[in-house]
Amino acid sequence: MIDSLLAYLDTLFLVLFAGGALVGAVLMLVLRAPMRVALALIATMVCLAAIYGLLGVHFIAAFQVLIYVGAVMVFMVYAIMLLDVRDPSFVGRFSRLLVPGVAGALALLGVLVYAAWTDLPTLPEGSRTAAFGLREFSATFLNEYWLHFELVSILLVAAVVAAIAVIGVNRGERG
Amino acid sequence: MDKVQLLVSVSLALFALGLLGVIVRRNVLVMLMCMELMLNGVNLSLVTFAQQTDSTAGAVLVFLIFVVAAAEIAIAIPIVLLLARNKHTLDLSAYTDLKG
Repeated sequence: MIDSLLAYLDTLFLVLFAGGALVGAVLMLVLRAPMRVALALIATMVCLAAIYGLLGVHFIAAFQVLIYVGAVMVFMVYAIMLLDVRDPSFVGRFSRLLVPGVAGALALLGVLVYAAWTDLPTLPEGSRTAAFGLREFSATFLNEYWLHFELVSILLVAAVVAAIAVIGVNRGERG
Repeated sequence: MDKVQLLVSVSLALFALGLLGVIVRRNVLVMLMCMELMLNGVNLSLVTFAQQTDSTAGAVLVFLIFVVAAAEIAIAIPIVLLLARNKHTLDLSAYTDLKG
């Protein structure tokens, strides 16, 4: 009784947060001010983090909030506050590609969802094992994927150097 | 409805909405945020498949995507700052210097 109720609640929350993520994504497309778009994206990311938590991968949920919402989106909000110019892109939100873009996106979504619903093998109930935890993830990450880890650190250093170079070029031009 | 199919459909919808945003919006910063939305959709599908097959490879890939997203923003924001300083607008249709 309690178990079925909990499973029902689990599914209910999953559908709820999935709907919240989709609503946030649609709001991103229709809202005018970049700051509100950023807030809608943050809401979508928090809903996705909740979905990750419901799926049992709590460390990815934590990093979703810490890295995406905490670092990337705060950076984005700073940039919006720095650059919030009222220009033509504020008056007219959409480019000329609105109609073909919507048609293309709908066609893409239709094809992808059709493929997902016909080709995905459905697992038999109860065959799913317990979710892997942080311990298994860390061991695999640093034993098998250490090269990727190092490459990623090089990528981050390159990104920082490139960012400084871009700003430096501008400084040089202005004298 | 299966949980996996629901989550994969949501991730595909997020990806398509992000792509639509990149195509139809005019503001550069909004386009950047829509690219983040596409990455988030991919992340959701990776986590779903990692859960389904009970492998950690998907989770590792999600971590690498986190880092790539952070690096992308770290480079993209200074470029947008430069563009906005040169053209005094965030409207993408003003950036046509490479058009010839």
